[in-house]
Amino acid sequence: MTSTGALDVAARAGLTALDYREICQRLGRDPNPVEARMFGVMWSEHCGYKHSKKVLRRLPAASPRVLTGPGENAGVVAIGGGWALAFKMESHNHPSAVDPYNGAATGIGGIIRDVLAMGARPVALLNSLRFGPLDDAKARRIFGGVVAGIAGYGNAIGVPTVGGEVRTDPCYRDNPLVNVACLGLVRADRVAKSAAAGPGNVVLDVGARTGRDGIGGASFASTELDEGREPADRASIQMGDPFTGKLLIEATLEALATGAVVALQDMGAAGLTCAASEMAARGAVGMAIDLDRVPLREAGMRPDEILLSESQERMLLVVPPDQAATVASIYHRWGLAAEVIGTVTSTPVLRVAFGGRTVVELPPDLLAGAPGYDPEAEKPEGLADRWRLDVTDIPGTEPVAALLRLLRHPDVASKRAVFEQYDHMVGLSTVTPPGADAAVLRVIDAPPLGLALTSDGNGRWCEADPRRGAALAVLEAAANLACVGAEPVAVTDCLNFGNPERPEIFWTFREVVTGIADTCAALGVPVIGGNVSFYNEAEGGGGDRAIFPTPVIGMVGLLDDLTRTAQPGFTPGGDRVVLIGASEVTLGASLWLQVVHGTVRGRPADPALERSARAMQCAREAVRAGLITSAHDCSDGGLAVALAEACIHGGCGATVTLPAETEAWFGEGPGRFVASVAPERLAELKTLGRSHDVPVVLLGNVGGEALRVGSPDGRADQVYDVAVSVLTEAWRSLEV
Amino acid sequence: MTWGVVIFPGSNCDRDCVHVVEAVLGQRVVEIWHEDRTLDGVDALILPGGFTYGDYLRSGAIAATAPVMGAIREFADRGGPVLGICNGFQILTEAHLLPGTLVRNAGLRFRCVRTWVRVESTATPFTAMLPAGAVLQMPIAHGDGGYLARPDEIAALEAAGRVVFRYSDPDGRVTPTANPNGSMAAIAGVANAAGNVVGLMPHPERASEALMGSVDGLRLFESAVAFLANRVPTAPIAAAASASVASVSVASVAGGAR
Repeated sequence: MTSTGALDVAARAGLTALDYREICQRLGRDPNPVEARMFGVMWSEHCGYKHSKKVLRRLPAASPRVLTGPGENAGVVAIGGGWALAFKMESHNHPSAVDPYNGAATGIGGIIRDVLAMGARPVALLNSLRFGPLDDAKARRIFGGVVAGIAGYGNAIGVPTVGGEVRTDPCYRDNPLVNVACLGLVRADRVAKSAAAGPGNVVLDVGARTGRDGIGGASFASTELDEGREPADRASIQMGDPFTGKLLIEATLEALATGAVVALQDMGAAGLTCAASEMAARGAVGMAIDLDRVPLREAGMRPDEILLSESQERMLLVVPPDQAATVASIYHRWGLAAEVIGTVTSTPVLRVAFGGRTVVELPPDLLAGAPGYDPEAEKPEGLADRWRLDVTDIPGTEPVAALLRLLRHPDVASKRAVFEQYDHMVGLSTVTPPGADAAVLRVIDAPPLGLALTSDGNGRWCEADPRRGAALAVLEAAANLACVGAEPVAVTDCLNFGNPERPEIFWTFREVVTGIADTCAALGVPVIGGNVSFYNEAEGGGGDRAIFPTPVIGMVGLLDDLTRTAQPGFTPGGDRVVLIGASEVTLGASLWLQVVHGTVRGRPADPALERSARAMQCAREAVRAGLITSAHDCSDGGLAVALAEACIHGGCGATVTLPAETEAWFGEGPGRFVASVAPERLAELKTLGRSHDVPVVLLGNVGGEALRVGSPDGRADQVYDVAVSVLTEAWRSLEV
Repeated sequence: MTWGVVIFPGSNCDRDCVHVVEAVLGQRVVEIWHEDRTLDGVDALILPGGFTYGDYLRSGAIAATAPVMGAIREFADRGGPVLGICNGFQILTEAHLLPGTLVRNAGLRFRCVRTWVRVESTATPFTAMLPAGAVLQMPIAHGDGGYLARPDEIAALEAAGRVVFRYSDPDGRVTPTANPNGSMAAIAGVANAAGNVVGLMPHPERASEALMGSVDGLRLFESAVAFLANRVPTAPIAAAASASVASVSVASVAGGAR
């Protein structure tokens, strides 16, 4: 049994009594205070995935294209032409709540280095952001700071921000979500590894110097936020320096090109502790580290501070001893520090010396092997009751007024004011800039290869039905790729939840993962990596202040020929307007219900995976064959919003026929696309639809300067007319 | 001919400029390191965009003192064509190779948008092949792009024909809404007195391929190639510049370049 004093050590390190006992048992002794602090961060939820790791095994991770799956710094898939892409998404929610600018900026820096650690040049960034209502002062401050932080770091480091989403809901007021993804390109035969190897090889600490910032950040991200503690928590926030980050990219790519780098990893969460223990554990080797040789920012740092510092823009490299000087000189040329701080050893022990004395002696796999829990799960009470929704009980509203309200809602409205602050063109790869269904990038060294990128997640749907909501998020991402003609090849996800120690939160998490797993399996897309962020709830709210369960799906697709793509807007001329795919729609958990009636009720649509997958394939083939002149997926706000957006993007009107029912206008369901097609190609499109067993429904014609909606029975009192200029003005409401 | 692209720590459009010159224009290009002391064999020079040395001080202020600047100044004094793009423009003003300064955008935010500029002067290597008044679509991406100088300096620049590019609408009209950053007199680019050093905030390298949405920017690079090809090698550079500008621009208008 451990003593009370030892338990104090454990508590100060952020370890539970249970974890501490397990460490003592597996170690055969009590860890000393420095070691305990290392366990505190490595066994935190953020680094250790204790509540999530068993459930995450449900996600499909394999495909013939996958070169590196989950568990590495980023997943890697082959894309042809001798190239591969690295892709990873991560959250920086807690830091952004406390210090929006630096929290978001360091999130960008960290995800860029994860991709760089695979040997890939980072070429694109995405972000998915969630805030409270933008008329709330606190939400507005966080929103402004986060966008400025992303811009400040991303623009300076020279990686374009090509897409993403911004959504708002009161549940995110105190717990904003900042999920950032990075895509990189690497030659398929030059993918880098993080497993340390070769006893006698040296360990190089490169990049920025180590300071006292961000100490214990990983444990901080693993607890609930307490409003009164904000100033104290600021010490846990790291400061980003995009200039050093840029130098680190160039120097590291140059170092990798020498072929001398055996392994490398970013020093992010839990800093040197995490990088050293994970690299050694993956390679089943040990490391001897001498803290006296770590380049420091200030004198007098304690060993635990050096080991836990989360100073940004640092990486750990393993290189053969005879190449160390060559590699170090590359970093020096770029004005960066590079010091040999240790060696790889054959016995699997992480031995750390400080002041000539051993201060740490631990098995790396124990540090990096936090236990996986089986938390209690319980279906939230009353969920089935909330699913009951009788549409006839809901008063309808004047549809044009409702449409304009939906277009003004931040989830739908134009985000131009945001993405104009991001350099989305640097790198000369961005073919379709932000604002379309998916961003399209060219692979500049392998024409005509193209990549499409999107990120999607709908907390409202998941709050109503976590499994369906998660499935619908994956389907929406796939639909966005289909709109530009891209075939999905990889998913990275960010799973944002409240406290997993609460059984209903854990049940919800498990449902969400199952929904993602089922849908990715149905679409044949592997999940090659991702991140879990728990404890997104402010303390003291009795649970009612947790965020909606919010999985965010980052998806990347391939275009064999990027000139065969489509955009969302109608083009003036005589095109027909069609609806490809006709799944059942529902007002359950719809944006209409939330915006017009202020409630999240009912159940989102059945994902109907097989049928939805066919609709995606049909739309993708129609785009690739050049059959359709525009394609836009129906999402929040249903068909009416999709039609309005196609008019707004194209700057021209359309006359369509729709039943005068709220559900037909604003009902939501997966696998539906608004497309325009030249009259002479309509028959061909319908044939394509039949071959996939996907309905292609003629809705009307493109033309005029208004969106004109009539009912199928031709009743004159059910014709609605709204000028495209009026739609556009509503949609641009955030641009002031 | 051989182009040089200067790489400072923190430059981030250097690779883009190299790509356009090499892969699109089919010209030889060498990378010039910020610590280099010579520009041997370079016929034209590009200072690319980015955040040199982090730009934590005024944009371009540190780069203006980099070791390579001595050689760049010498090259410019000899009449060598120098194009500063975005941060490159800021560096050239900080180094006093170009007049004025670039301050925070009027909206106080970084802006990445399509813009149009009207060619106001053809007396530079980079515009010699373009008809005066041509309208070019090139994007901007900057936070500090507001052109600022004393009113008498602006007047002198206008009088000397040293305003090279002015923000306009797609039809060439200079309107308040076409000015994306509050630049005085809607100035997007200026030249030095001899005309061989040009700086502009828009990115011509991002408008050099149809896939990128515009090829108007490529004309600046093509113009410099033609300009140098037409230059009499033995003549003093500054004198030759003004002579060939006139003949080249007439030829291009006659040929219906735009």
